[in-house]
Amino acid sequence: MMTICENNVAKIEAICSEFGNEKGELINVLHKAQTTFGYLPEEVQSIVAENLNTSLAHVYGVVTFYSFFTMVPKGKYPINICTGTACYVRGAEKILDEFKEHLNIKVGETTKDEKFSLSSLRCVGACGLAPVVLVGEKVYGRVTLDGVEEILKEYNE
Amino acid sequence: MDTINIKIDNKNFQVPKGTTILEAAKSVGVKIPTLCHMHLHDLNVTHKPTGCRICVVEVEGRKNLVPACATECTPGMKIKNQTIRVLNSRKTVLELILSDHPSDCLICPKNGDCDLQSMAQEMGIRHYYYKGEQSTYIKDRSAAIKRDMDKCIGCKRCVTMCNEVQTVGALSSINRGFMSVVAPAFQMDLEESVCTYCGQCVAVCPTAALTEIDHTKTVIRHLADPSKTVIVQTAPAVRAALGEEFGYDPGTLVTGKMTAALKDLGFNYVFDTDFAADLTIMEEGTELLDRLTRHLNGDKTVKLPLLTSCCPGWVSFFEHHFPDMKDIPSTARSPQQMFGAIAKTYLADKLGVKREDMIVVSIMPCLAKKYERSRDEFSTDGNPDVDFVLSTRELARLVKQAGIDFKSLEPAEFDHPMGESSGAAVIFGTTGGVIEAAVRTAYEVFTKEKLHKVEFQQLRGMDWIRESTIDFNGTPIKIGIAHGLGNARKLLEEIRDGKSEYHAIEIMACPGGCIGGGGQPLHHGDSNILLARQKALYAEDKSKVIRKSHENPSIIKLYDDFLGAPNSEKAHHLLHTNYFDKSNHIEITKE
Repeated sequence: MMTICENNVAKIEAICSEFGNEKGELINVLHKAQTTFGYLPEEVQSIVAENLNTSLAHVYGVVTFYSFFTMVPKGKYPINICTGTACYVRGAEKILDEFKEHLNIKVGETTKDEKFSLSSLRCVGACGLAPVVLVGEKVYGRVTLDGVEEILKEYNE
Repeated sequence: MDTINIKIDNKNFQVPKGTTILEAAKSVGVKIPTLCHMHLHDLNVTHKPTGCRICVVEVEGRKNLVPACATECTPGMKIKNQTIRVLNSRKTVLELILSDHPSDCLICPKNGDCDLQSMAQEMGIRHYYYKGEQSTYIKDRSAAIKRDMDKCIGCKRCVTMCNEVQTVGALSSINRGFMSVVAPAFQMDLEESVCTYCGQCVAVCPTAALTEIDHTKTVIRHLADPSKTVIVQTAPAVRAALGEEFGYDPGTLVTGKMTAALKDLGFNYVFDTDFAADLTIMEEGTELLDRLTRHLNGDKTVKLPLLTSCCPGWVSFFEHHFPDMKDIPSTARSPQQMFGAIAKTYLADKLGVKREDMIVVSIMPCLAKKYERSRDEFSTDGNPDVDFVLSTRELARLVKQAGIDFKSLEPAEFDHPMGESSGAAVIFGTTGGVIEAAVRTAYEVFTKEKLHKVEFQQLRGMDWIRESTIDFNGTPIKIGIAHGLGNARKLLEEIRDGKSEYHAIEIMACPGGCIGGGGQPLHHGDSNILLARQKALYAEDKSKVIRKSHENPSIIKLYDDFLGAPNSEKAHHLLHTNYFDKSNHIEITKE
C-alpha cells in the first residue's frame, strides 16, 4: 500500500484547487507538483487523480508521455541534453552517450550519490548553439565530446 | 436532414451534411477499410483517433491524401477511393503496421477472427517488406483477460471503451513513440488495477492484444476423466449469439443445437443458468419487496433503491469506485453462482456425487464471470462452486475442435431438475430483462393479484438510461435501468447526492447487457447484431409456457425440498453474498 504524509496531501490538494480541480488542467497541476516535490512519485499521482476526478492510468499516461515529467528524484545537478533536430544533427546523441559513460547511468536515471541525473529533451530554442546541454538552469552551447568531462568537473569540485 | 452531393470514384451520391467521408461512404455502400475507427450507431459510441491511416483517400484539389475518418464531406467533393496511389499508400501503411507485429498467425488465439489478419488478406500482403524492431512486453494474465501488448496496433479502441463508455479507467496510453503502449497505471498487472473484467476492451480489440483466458483445454481434460461428473450451465445470452460462430444470422436462437452439442461433447448433465435466474428473482425479488414494504411503512433506515447484483463487472465497479455504497445492491448472488452453490449441494446430494467429484462448467457471454468464479467467498474448503467458465467464443471453439457439425445437430432438451426455466429468466440476457423478470414476480407477490400482461414494453429498448413507473395496484414503483458502466456511474452519483427517486435499478456493465458481453462472438463494430440478439431473447421468452419465475415448478420444488423459503437462513447461506471495499487506498500518515 502506498503511503503519503498529510502535509504533502494538503500541498497537492492546494495545487489542484488552485487550478479549480479541473481535469483539463492536469498538465499544469503536474507541472506545479513536480516543482514542489522535485518529482512525481506514485502517491502524488494518486492524490492528483483523486482530486481531479480522473483515472490514475490517465495521470500516469500523461506523466510518461512528456519527457519533462519524472517519477524518480532528480540529482542535485540535473543534466538535460537537447536532442531536438538541430542538436541531433550536430551530434547530440554522441554527447549523450559520453555523459552516460562518464556517469554510468541511463537516461532518466540518477547517480547513486544523487548528484547527477540525466535526461534528454527536445529543443530549448537555442539551435544556433547546437549541440546544447543544460545543467540545472545553466546552458552550455557547442558542446564537444571532450567538453563533457570538463562540464562534469565543474560540479565535481 | 440537409444533404449534399458528392462523388466517389466518379459515381454520384447524396449524403447527409456533416458526415465524414468514411461514414458517408459506408452509408452508400462503398467500403473504405480502417483498423482503428469504430462507430456503434445504436449505442452512440464513436471512436475516431485517426491513428491507423489505413482509410486514406484522394480528394480532388488536395495535394495530400486525407484520412476518410476525420475529413468532413463538402458539397461537390470528388473523392477517389480506388486509385493506384490510394491502394499503394494503404498497403504501405499496413506493411509498416505489420513490421513490428508478431507473425504467429497460425497459433494465435485470434486466428480467423482478427481484423488485421483479414485486412492483410484483403490487401494481398504476401511479403514482409519491412522488418522493424519488435516489442517484447511481459504477457499479463489475470483471472479473465490476457494482455499481449506485442500484438497491439495502437488503435486505442480499448482505451475509449474503458474510459469513455465504461468510465473504469483501468487502461490508458502510456509512454510515447515506439515505446507507447496501452497499460494500467504504473504498468501494474490488470489484477492490481481497477479493472472490472467487463471485457469490453476484448470485445473491440482488432487483434489478439486483448483476449480471454482460454479454459477449453482444461475442460476437455475433465470431460475425459470418468471419475468426474461434469455438469454445465448455459447463460441466456449465449443461445442468441452462439449461432453466429457457425454461420447463422445474428439473432438466430440455437438453444436446442447448443444443448445437443454440449451433450455430444460429453457433459454428463446439460443444465440452464436460466433455472438459477428464476432462483435469483425469488431471492432478489423477496429482498426488494421486504425493503419496499419497510420503506412504505415509514422505516427510514431501509436502503433504497435496490440495485441488481447479477453482473460481476458491475459488482467490481462499485467495489472499486463506490465502496461507500456497497450495502445498497441486493445481496443476492448472480445466477451463475447460485447455480454453482445449488449444484454442489442439492444436486450433488440428489445424484449421490461427492462435491470434489463434481465439476461445474459455465458457458457465459461474459469475461467477468471468469473472475467472479475465482472469488474466495464462492468456494467451500478451497473447492469453488463453479470450476470453469467458458465464453460463448470458447464454446464455439470447443465444438469445432471436437469435430461436431453444429448445423446438422438435432435439437436437444435441457436435463432436469436444473434445466427448467421461465421466460422471465431468458430475458436476463438483455438490458431491462432482469428488472422485467423481477417486476413480473414482485407485482404478483405484492398485490396478490394475477398479472395479465407480462410484457413491459416500457422497460425494453437500447437507450443507455431508461426509467419507468409501474403501477403496483395503486402503489407507483419507480424503476431505473442503466447499461454500460458510465451510465451506471451517473445513477450512482444521483444516489450518492440523495437525488435518486428510484425504488429499484437494474445495472448491466456491458452495452446491451449480456448480449453485448465481452465473451460473445465479436460484433466487429456492428451494433445491429446486438439488436438482433435482443429480439431473439424476447422471442424465446414469448415461446415459453411459463413466463414468471415463481411459477417454475423446479424452483417451487427446490424451496419445498431444500431451501425452505426465499431469504431463509439456508438461502442466505447459499445464495447471498457480501461486498468488499476495493478502492485503492493510500495510507495517509502524520509525518
